[in-house]
Amino acid sequence: MAKEIETPEVKEYLDVPHIQPGVMQGDGPFIAKPEHQEPLGFPGELVPDWQNKAIDKLGELKSKYRSLQLFLDICVKCGSCTDKCHYFLGTADPKNMPVARQDLLRKVYRRYYTIWGKFGFTRKLVGAQELTREVLDDWYNYYHQCSECRRCSVFCPYGIDTAEITMAAREILDSVGIGMKYTNEIIAKVFKIGNNLGLPGPALKMTLEDLEEEIEDDTGVKVELPVDREGVDVLLITPSADFFAEPHIDGLIGYAKVFHEAGVSWTVSSYASEAANFSMFIGSYENMKRQAERIRKAALDLGVKRIIHGECGHAWRAAYSFWNTLAGVGHGGDDAYSRELQKQLDPAYPVPQHICEFTWDLIQRDVLTLDPSENDHMTLTFHDSCNVARASRMGDKPGGQFEIPRNVIKAVCNNYVDMPHHTIGEETYCCGGGGGLLTDDLMEVRIKGALPRMQALKTTMEGKGVTHMAAICAICKTQFSKVMPYYEIGMDRIVSVHQLVSNAIKLTGQED
Amino acid sequence: MSAISYVYTFLFYAAAVLLVGGLVRKIYIYAKTPAPLKIPTTPAPVTRAGVVYRMFKEVVLFESLFKGNKPTWLFAFLFHFGLLLVLIRHTRYFVEHVPSLIAMSQWAGIYAGMAMVAGLLGLLARRIVVDRVRYISSPSDYLILLLLISIGLSGLGMKYVAHTDIVQVKAFFLGLLRFDWQNLPSDGVLLVHLALVAILMMIFAYSKLLHGVGIFFSPTRNQVDNARERRHIADWAKPLDKSSGQ
Ligand code: SF4
Ligand code: SF4
Repeated sequence: MAKEIETPEVKEYLDVPHIQPGVMQGDGPFIAKPEHQEPLGFPGELVPDWQNKAIDKLGELKSKYRSLQLFLDICVKCGSCTDKCHYFLGTADPKNMPVARQDLLRKVYRRYYTIWGKFGFTRKLVGAQELTREVLDDWYNYYHQCSECRRCSVFCPYGIDTAEITMAAREILDSVGIGMKYTNEIIAKVFKIGNNLGLPGPALKMTLEDLEEEIEDDTGVKVELPVDREGVDVLLITPSADFFAEPHIDGLIGYAKVFHEAGVSWTVSSYASEAANFSMFIGSYENMKRQAERIRKAALDLGVKRIIHGECGHAWRAAYSFWNTLAGVGHGGDDAYSRELQKQLDPAYPVPQHICEFTWDLIQRDVLTLDPSENDHMTLTFHDSCNVARASRMGDKPGGQFEIPRNVIKAVCNNYVDMPHHTIGEETYCCGGGGGLLTDDLMEVRIKGALPRMQALKTTMEGKGVTHMAAICAICKTQFSKVMPYYEIGMDRIVSVHQLVSNAIKLTGQED
Repeated sequence: MSAISYVYTFLFYAAAVLLVGGLVRKIYIYAKTPAPLKIPTTPAPVTRAGVVYRMFKEVVLFESLFKGNKPTWLFAFLFHFGLLLVLIRHTRYFVEHVPSLIAMSQWAGIYAGMAMVAGLLGLLARRIVVDRVRYISSPSDYLILLLLISIGLSGLGMKYVAHTDIVQVKAFFLGLLRFDWQNLPSDGVLLVHLALVAILMMIFAYSKLLHGVGIFFSPTRNQVDNARERRHIADWAKPLDKSSGQ
């Protein structure tokens, strides 16, 4: 870790680098200790018979996930994805090209699960390879240089999604005892305490009481941030970073003000005080379900009618795309398990609903009093978070996930400019810290992986006078405030969307 | 019948068995393996009809490849479209009375054959010239291209250089279909052309050529985006549901 990290140079245009094999070779992130592994049901350390166990696990996963079986089979090596990954663009290591990342697993699949793997000669022809210790180490290293952002899948003629491969590889690694410390320690904390931070209920209450005071000092209006209040309409599930980190917490204040003005009763839950679902990053269906079931239980216990989700990208994917499957949190279930919760939920609202959908609806109905000039000291642009962009939706129409947050921003800010079109929308670049890579032991990967976004932001700042970038993801916000200084952009230039709403909103009874 | 005709008769039956058997097996595997989670690459259609349209654009126009890489798209499109026309042209060897539409489009088949080879040469050049694509290529990736190029060139060769007795070729293939085996002309170019085609049929279901059927099963492209409105759950995941007590 003592290695000096060189921040990539930002040029006028983003060049596709020539490949430099091996430049990101390394040991990967810190390995999980037994106490991080075991609560998730994984062996504490590398199991003795790991080679056979890993091969069997690959076989099991490909029989449970069509994506894995299919994607391992049908890649034609066309190369369309090769220059689409921000980690490749930022590092030039060819194993960070999506197809090459897949090949780390594919060559082992070809060795043990295809006819070509049976004979020495044909193995060479198709590039099949034994699962050796070196291959396992390569997996650990390079499958932790993928943020599961799905950008590659947009450009693949068959929709091959490297994120699916990365998740499978991480699950195989976990199953033989080599987990990643950062993700697995955090997941264990959720099971024990209820959130990624390990913030217990009483501390959460105190934090929110402090915030209430802060808002009152600021505006003269008492805005509540209730915890564990039963019988309210809305359960808010938000990433725990919203409770303490900057600029996340300013977004939380924004949600509270919006609820207050809408006159909608709401609460957070101390039992389910986390929207993040890091089990998605490690591809573990069972653990993802255990995490999602905490939301289900909180909703049942508190008797809420609606569930609203705060600003977080991967968490919104887990919520929007997976909660219904995993824990019956949604609508349209016809089995006893999902009906148990769904009969309590109000069918007039989508479940879960994104806070941007909620706010945009209020803005359209003119419920909020807004003064966009409060944000006149800024010119905004918007970073589409990868999981929101390519793995979820907002509103009724495809692409609502791009429009609705922008609509909200434009309603509360007078100055707004988009970054170049091939860096936003469905082609958006990941912040560089997603997929469970938001840890200090991966700083080099994070800084270099941020290059494409930094390049787009910097040129838009210089050319169009943009001063700040808004985001709706806790990971993006943390990642940007950490890496922007490396690119000579102030860490305060990243803001929450609901922070902008908070600035502009005039509370009923607020004097100034 | 000549000895070589027996060899080719056997060869084509074997190729057909491997092709059909392999495809049926793979389609069965893809169809029965669930996609346990909703993973369409969004923005995705919210209706079934929308998915059909998305898949159409993907299969016919190679939409995602177009977004990703224009030269590759051009070469791939030339090749596949050319191949399609060439295949249509070749149906005249398998049906007794050639439908007039196919008979009328025979001239197009020739240009299609050229387009096909040109596209393949473009793809091969990219594979060699672009360092990223070279890095991800295995010997099999080059061999498949060379196989297809050789098939195309030997086919065009019979049109322009070394003609063969196409009436007898037709008799041979109709004979295969009717189990009433016939002689095959023993022209070198024809034998090479047909042997390569047989090899292509044999490897189709056991190689990346599977993309031709696999794409229809791709969950990132064929799923409807309706996760909030419908509960989507795989059979293997159902037993994990236990009511709230946990
Ligand atoms: S999912 Fe994202 S990070 Fe992973 S290989 Fe694809 S583009 Fe790169
Ligand atoms: S775009 Fe798809 S088919 Fe082409 S090389 Fe990448 S993963 Fe393979």
